[in-house]
Parts: sequence; structure tokens; C-alpha cells
Amino acid sequence: MAALTREDTEALIAEVLEVYPDKAKKDRAKHLMINDKTLESSKKCITSNRKSLPGVMTMRGCAYAGSKGVVWGPIKDMISISHGPIGCGQYARAGRRNYYVGTTGVDAFCEMNFTSDFQEKDIVFGGDKKLAKLIEEIEMLFPLNKGISVQSECPIGLIGDDIEAVSKKAAAQIGKPVVPVRCEGFRGVSQSLGHHIANDSVRDWILSNRDGQAFETTPYDVAILGDYNIGGDAWASRILLEEMGLRVVAQWSGDGTLAEMENTPKVKLNLLHCYRSMNYISRHMEEKYGIPWLEYNFFGPTKIKESLRKIASFFDDKIKEGAERVIEKYTPMMDAVIAKYRPRLEGKKVMLYVGGLRPRHVVGAYEDLGMEVVGTGYEFAHNDDYDRTIKEMGDATLIYDDVTGYEFEEFVKAMKPDLIGSGIKEKYVFHKMGVPFRQLHSWDYSGPYHGVDGFAIFARDMDMTLNNPCWTKLTPPWVKKEAVAEKKAA
Amino acid sequence: MANIMIRQNSAGGLVFYLPKRDLEADIRSIEFDTPEKWGGELKLENGGSYYVDPMPKPARLPISVRARRLGAAED
Ligand code: SF4
Repeated sequence: MAALTREDTEALIAEVLEVYPDKAKKDRAKHLMINDKTLESSKKCITSNRKSLPGVMTMRGCAYAGSKGVVWGPIKDMISISHGPIGCGQYARAGRRNYYVGTTGVDAFCEMNFTSDFQEKDIVFGGDKKLAKLIEEIEMLFPLNKGISVQSECPIGLIGDDIEAVSKKAAAQIGKPVVPVRCEGFRGVSQSLGHHIANDSVRDWILSNRDGQAFETTPYDVAILGDYNIGGDAWASRILLEEMGLRVVAQWSGDGTLAEMENTPKVKLNLLHCYRSMNYISRHMEEKYGIPWLEYNFFGPTKIKESLRKIASFFDDKIKEGAERVIEKYTPMMDAVIAKYRPRLEGKKVMLYVGGLRPRHVVGAYEDLGMEVVGTGYEFAHNDDYDRTIKEMGDATLIYDDVTGYEFEEFVKAMKPDLIGSGIKEKYVFHKMGVPFRQLHSWDYSGPYHGVDGFAIFARDMDMTLNNPCWTKLTPPWVKKEAVAEKKAA
Repeated sequence: MANIMIRQNSAGGLVFYLPKRDLEADIRSIEFDTPEKWGGELKLENGGSYYVDPMPKPARLPISVRARRLGAAED
């Protein structure tokens, strides 16, 4: 199907919105836009970060998910307690595949679920005592933990437990940081506020811990922020940076440690991959410690090269040469990947609907493979994300914010993309509709997708999904035969 | 009154940031911009405007300051 024109897309939006009651229609219309590259700001065209409408099917998570699941969870040597009933942590456990090096249960704890397992009596009488006891137990059973964070689930805020007091007391007792995080799921409209709350708690309880302490620095110290090492992403990014001569002091927070985070205020430059979830702490460090921050993008050769040069521009000639050397070294590798997969993927259309950075960051990688992104959207973005997206996307493409299950299905039916990249909640719906689908939150059990090594895997995975023979076998033979017979009869 | 942060973008222009609402906007104009007196009314590219009590020009950006909303661009 040829690309939609602006008018077609407008008509499509109008048609899809037709089924809603008037009020809902008016509200949802504000969350859908047709891209116009000339726009400087997304403000007038799209509304974001608003409460989802009751009754629609949204894909969003909660603030607890944003804090425990995204920001705090991957710190490998800290234990994050899911404070409250057991389900919130258990059903989200290890779902993001944040890889790390370490022995789980001894000196690394990401894959485990620590919870205070609230029962009725804890709701009635309060859970502070239980929390204190839990911290004591953790300290006894897992003495190699470097610190503890208390991630509040909904009931904690509702019953008014004083986790700050418990944490303070426990911290003095065990001599390690114990961080209370007020990320109850009901706060805010999506996981986005959870990122913010988590950033604020890192700022208040962790960041300045080592201020004034000696630390051997080099002029080439950087920190990777907002890379959660999904399937090894941060590792694939890190080797590029190290090869060009930089020293990566910290990884936030995939495969990261508490010590790395505490040392981050001493770096020269913060490299920010996921803007949405860690811009807050970057801004804070810029103000307090004078560390500039830079958004970069390690998806696909074009963006990798662009980002490496942009990063190098903050340093002296040695690093600039290093960047060129790295680019020169890896260009043949990346070209080989393109040569292999581009012919198989050229001209295919993709629709995306993901979380924090991917709806705009992966566009370049698809374009490198000759594919076109015809629609994109975020679950929980804010307007600053859409400002950045407008520039990445082609003109007259569709952009949807907090898209509902119904809208997404209708858009797919009308636009007929060759591939959809979204999350697990969308996956099986589209599989059943017979549309090739890749999970772009946790890379569908694959990865890494960042960096040069990641690009090869990304290209292979897209090809594997799109050109899988199964998509031609969706109609069972008996139905096919009937169709043939009917044709004969007619 | 709201806490805001003013920072410099790579092009050298000033950027307004309101953490509470994650609102980021370029500053079109700043009323006072001399070493002794800096601040006053900030006009944003999204149409909003804020007022910052004039102060000596900060030695380094970004800086967090209190600001009053004059005209809203937000809903
Ligand atoms: S909304 Fe509340 S109960 Fe639900 S997962 Fe989040 S913290 Fe748990």
C-alpha cells in the first residue's frame, strides 16, 4: 500500500474516532497527530502526559513500575524491596531482562523478588515493624548487599506508613544507605512519574554520598545514563566509548552498582540514552556539579556515527581521532550487515508503539535498513519527547500518544504495516491478526540492539520476523481449498 | 510560584524548564540581561511567560529559581 497522504491520514483518524462518545472523541483527538517536520514544538498538535480515559484499554504502567522496574531495579548490588502486597513485584520480576555480571543471591540481586508480602493485618495495623524486620533479615541473609531501597506500592501511601523513619533508623543500624521511595502506583498518570520520583530519591539519598572524597579522575571520564542493559545493550555501547578512549565510570542503571552511581558526580560528561527516565538527574548534576549532558542514540549506523562524533566534540583531539578510528573500524562491519539484510527488508513499513526513547531512537536504524516508519507513539511521553520526535519522523506520518487498544488495531488494519514493534500486551493481538511483530521493550528475548554488535542482531531479528514463512501459512489449507472451489464454481 | 530551571542549550540560547510538569521551552526574550540585573519577564516560545525576580547575572547556568506565572500557554 502506498504511503498515506496527509488527507488520508486525517480521514483515518476521523474514522477511527467515530465510535467514541463525544467527550471521549474530543479528548482522544488531542492525542493523535499527523507529523509536520516544519513544526518546532509539538505543543499545538499533540497533548501528552494526561490521565487515560476510563473505559479505554491503555498500555501504561504505574509509578511503582517506573521506579522499581526501570530505574532502581537494575542496580545490581542494591536490594529493592517491593513494599506492599506480593503481586506488584512478582508479576514484574525479571521481566525487563536487565543483564548483569554477578552471582544472583550473593552479590547481585536484580532477578530476585524481595517483598514485605502485605496481609490484611498489615493494612490494618501498619507495616512499619514488618519493614524494619525485613531489612534486618535481608542484612543477615544477604550481607554482601551494598544498600537497600524501599519501593512503596499503592497501600503504603493509602495507610500512611512512615517508611522514611524506618529507613533512617535501619540505615544507621546496618551502616548502609536505605532509601525510601514514595513511588506508590496511584501517583501520576503513568510510569513516567515513577522515573521522576526515582530520580529525585537518587538525588536526595545517593548522589552526594561521596562528595569531597578522593577519586582518581581522568579527563576522559563519562557516565552512561538511561541505559538499562536490556539483553546487554549497555555493554554493546560501552565498548564503543572505551575504544574511542573514554573511561566509562558508571552505568545507570543496567549492570550498575551503587559505588558507580556515587562516583558519577566526578565525571566530565553525562551521556544520556533514555531521556525520559533520567533527564531529571542529568539536569540536577548539570546545575550542582556543572556536568554537561548529551543525548545520544546508538541504534543503527547513521545514528551511531553521528552520536560518536557528537560525544567526541566535547573532548580534545585524542578522543576526536579515537571516534574517527572507531567509525572507520566498524563501518565495514555495519555495511556488511546492511548489504545482507537491506535487500530483504527494503521498502517495508513499520509501526511502533513503545515507551521512553525507542519510538524515536530506532527510526534511524530502520531507515538504515531501507525500512520506513509510518507511525509511532509513546505510552508515557511528555511534550519534550514529541518535540524531539517530530524531527525524526517523516512528513505526514501518524503520531499517537497513549494509544488505546482499539485505536492501534484500527490504525494497523488501515495502514497495513509489514511489521509492528511494540510491547508484550500488543504482541499476541497482532500475531492473531497475522501481522509480523517484534517486542521492542525487552527485544523479544534477544538483544542487544544498541551499538555495532547490536545492530547486526537488530537487523537479523527484523528479517527473521518479517520474512518468516509462517505468515503465509495463516489460512488453513481447507479454507484455502474452499476459496479455490468457490472460484471454480463461480 | 514554581521552581524552574534555566539552562543554556548547545546553540547558546536560554531554555526554560519546569520540572513539576516536565515543560521544556526555549526562552524567546528575557527582560533584563546585564551583569548587574538579570531576570524579569521571560517570554517562552510556546507563548507562556514567567516572571523571575531580577538578580545579578548568575556566574554559571543552569540555575534553579522561583518564578511566577504571568501568562499560561498550558491549558
Ligand atoms: S498500581 Fe499499585 S497495586 Fe498496581 S502494580 Fe502499581 S503499585 Fe502495585
